[in-house]
Amino acid sequence: MARKSTTQQVLVSTIGAWFFGFLIFFPILWMVLASFKTELEAFAIPPSFLFFHWTTENYATVQERSDYFHHALNSVIIAGGSTLIALLIAIPAAWSMAFSPTKRTKDILLWMLSTKMMPPVGVLVPIYLIFKNFGLLDSRIGLVFILCLGNLPIVIWMLFTYFKEIPRDILEAARMDGATIGRELVYVLTPMAIPGLASTMLLNLILAWNEAFWTLNLSTSEAAPLTTFIASYSSPEGLFWAKLSAASTLAIAPILVLGWFSQKQLVRGLTFGAVK
Amino acid sequence: MKQFLGAVCGASVLLAVPAMAETTLTIATVNNGDMIRMQGLTAEFTKKNPDITVKWVTLEENVLRQRVTTDIATKGGQFDVLTIGTYEVPIWAKKGWLVPLANLGADYDVADLLPKIKDAVSADGKLYAAPFYGESSMVMYRTDLFDKAGLKMPEKPTWDFVIDAAKKLTDKSAGTYGICLRGKAGWGENMAFLSAMANSYGARWFDEKWEPQFNTPEWKATLTTYVNLMKDAGPPGASSNGFNENLALFNAGKCAMWIDATVAASFVTNPKDSKVADKVGFALAPNTGLGKNANWLWAWNLAIPAGSKKTEAAEKFIAWATSKDYTKLVAAKEGWANVPPGTRTSLYQNPDYLKVAPFAKLTLASIDAADPNKPTVKPVPYVGVQYAAIPEFQGIGTQVGQQFSAALAGSMTVDAALTAAQSVTEREMKRAGYIK
Repeated sequence: MARKSTTQQVLVSTIGAWFFGFLIFFPILWMVLASFKTELEAFAIPPSFLFFHWTTENYATVQERSDYFHHALNSVIIAGGSTLIALLIAIPAAWSMAFSPTKRTKDILLWMLSTKMMPPVGVLVPIYLIFKNFGLLDSRIGLVFILCLGNLPIVIWMLFTYFKEIPRDILEAARMDGATIGRELVYVLTPMAIPGLASTMLLNLILAWNEAFWTLNLSTSEAAPLTTFIASYSSPEGLFWAKLSAASTLAIAPILVLGWFSQKQLVRGLTFGAVK
Repeated sequence: MKQFLGAVCGASVLLAVPAMAETTLTIATVNNGDMIRMQGLTAEFTKKNPDITVKWVTLEENVLRQRVTTDIATKGGQFDVLTIGTYEVPIWAKKGWLVPLANLGADYDVADLLPKIKDAVSADGKLYAAPFYGESSMVMYRTDLFDKAGLKMPEKPTWDFVIDAAKKLTDKSAGTYGICLRGKAGWGENMAFLSAMANSYGARWFDEKWEPQFNTPEWKATLTTYVNLMKDAGPPGASSNGFNENLALFNAGKCAMWIDATVAASFVTNPKDSKVADKVGFALAPNTGLGKNANWLWAWNLAIPAGSKKTEAAEKFIAWATSKDYTKLVAAKEGWANVPPGTRTSLYQNPDYLKVAPFAKLTLASIDAADPNKPTVKPVPYVGVQYAAIPEFQGIGTQVGQQFSAALAGSMTVDAALTAAQSVTEREMKRAGYIK
């Protein structure tokens, strides 16, 4: 009896998981399907699910009209660069706060997070003026900086919680075995923190990849990443759904593939924590 | 850290220095079909001007507006040529954000520009932008459905006729609706249509002293008629329909009438996109006999921001893209049906164009019937037909649009929507200092 109910439970939860998985994935699937339709079919009511005239003409149009690889390269540089710098700053910051907290640590953490509590448009004009005066408008370096600063609080918070979970007893045990601080860092702490680091990195990469406010407002053509590439395909006059879908599919493809390959690390980092 | 920052700033300054050998123009534009075509023809311009290279920044209308406004307000100098609407031109010209266009060349023929469109892009007698394409709005209707019902569309229909016909042509069981109109909230969406409709009912946004007028019987008549008409003869879910949604409905054969931008005429008559391409007729936007039709006036224009350091090259480009020769170039490459409409008188005298564009006569008549300087029956202190060209209008228009969209959806009564519109507008106008 017990066994039967377990099988049923497994069945129900499996079906449930697939159902919700499909539900969450559906908009992306719909976008990919729409990218293979003609404009008229993409707009048709009732919509056709699979039985329509498949075409790749939207991809050809998108390729002809804009330089995908230029934008994709900018996205890689901006998202990658900002993630790397954010990690370089965040790891020591989170490390010190997790392992030698003072009575102000909590305040500092909250203060960092408070910078995320204002909508970015509130500081658009001052930032724009700073960028203009430093000649950073439409430069990749400028965008790397602004995205790095924007995501830093989240990165520090995430890393802080991961580091916090590493018990101090393990460090003490290592010390009793005669490990120096260097060895302690490299052989004890780092391996335990890797899943946390990996998931933080991936999340930050996705956030930076999708960031559409600063990238749209501070770039024109040279440094324009994929967000501007997408924004150029919707139109108030005329049909554009299929072309926009094709552009969006192209834009999410690289990050989707990256997510696929690092899924294992991400799930482990997000659900298990550093030492469980 | 300081060294690092210094190095980064230094490197970025080096990166920001442009190549000196040639002038690079950065052109910001919306991605409507005519602009995309212009982008495709860039090589023809650079062939004639080998010392100029052109970079395009194409963005969706609202994103572009925000992007360009930030840059121009801070004198960021990121763009050399901007695509802006007739709404922005007078406001930006007044603020000194645009360079007047005085050197468009001897053969540009400014006198050939349609007078109403030229008025819309001029301030104090100076041209601040060159119109790239212009549009008004008109009635597009299904000739087959009208014939079947024994109705005949007059060239200048009244609202009474349109309402009556819409009711007769509605067959909800067959999925055909008498009329499709904009309902989606936004100053450029439902408010473009409703402001123009209100003009035909004798209403106005503000009186001569900038007092909002939503508490007048004219506005009540406008909104009541609109909501009732859409309830009786409109498609379901009309409160979320904008231009594109209605275009899709009309092209799929679901609407007997559609009142919207004249530029739609070439979409609905294109057999590749439309199921009803050979069954569409055109008429002027409806009136109530007060002397104003329910049609608007809009143009997308090219202008030079005051922050640009390449005004000479920019003006060369603008002269090229809005010239008669450009029209001929598009006609030679893509056919007369694809030339940008609504800016030059000569286009409407061109027999080749008139042959392929059955809607040309009505487009011209519609543009001529709209007067941005005298948009309403009663006098008003603002310029603009379906908008008031003041910086505050975007915000106010969208908030009022939300109330009217709610009235259409049935979540609010007409009276409540008008009261809310009046108080929103009063509040914003007081805050901006127009009224006390």
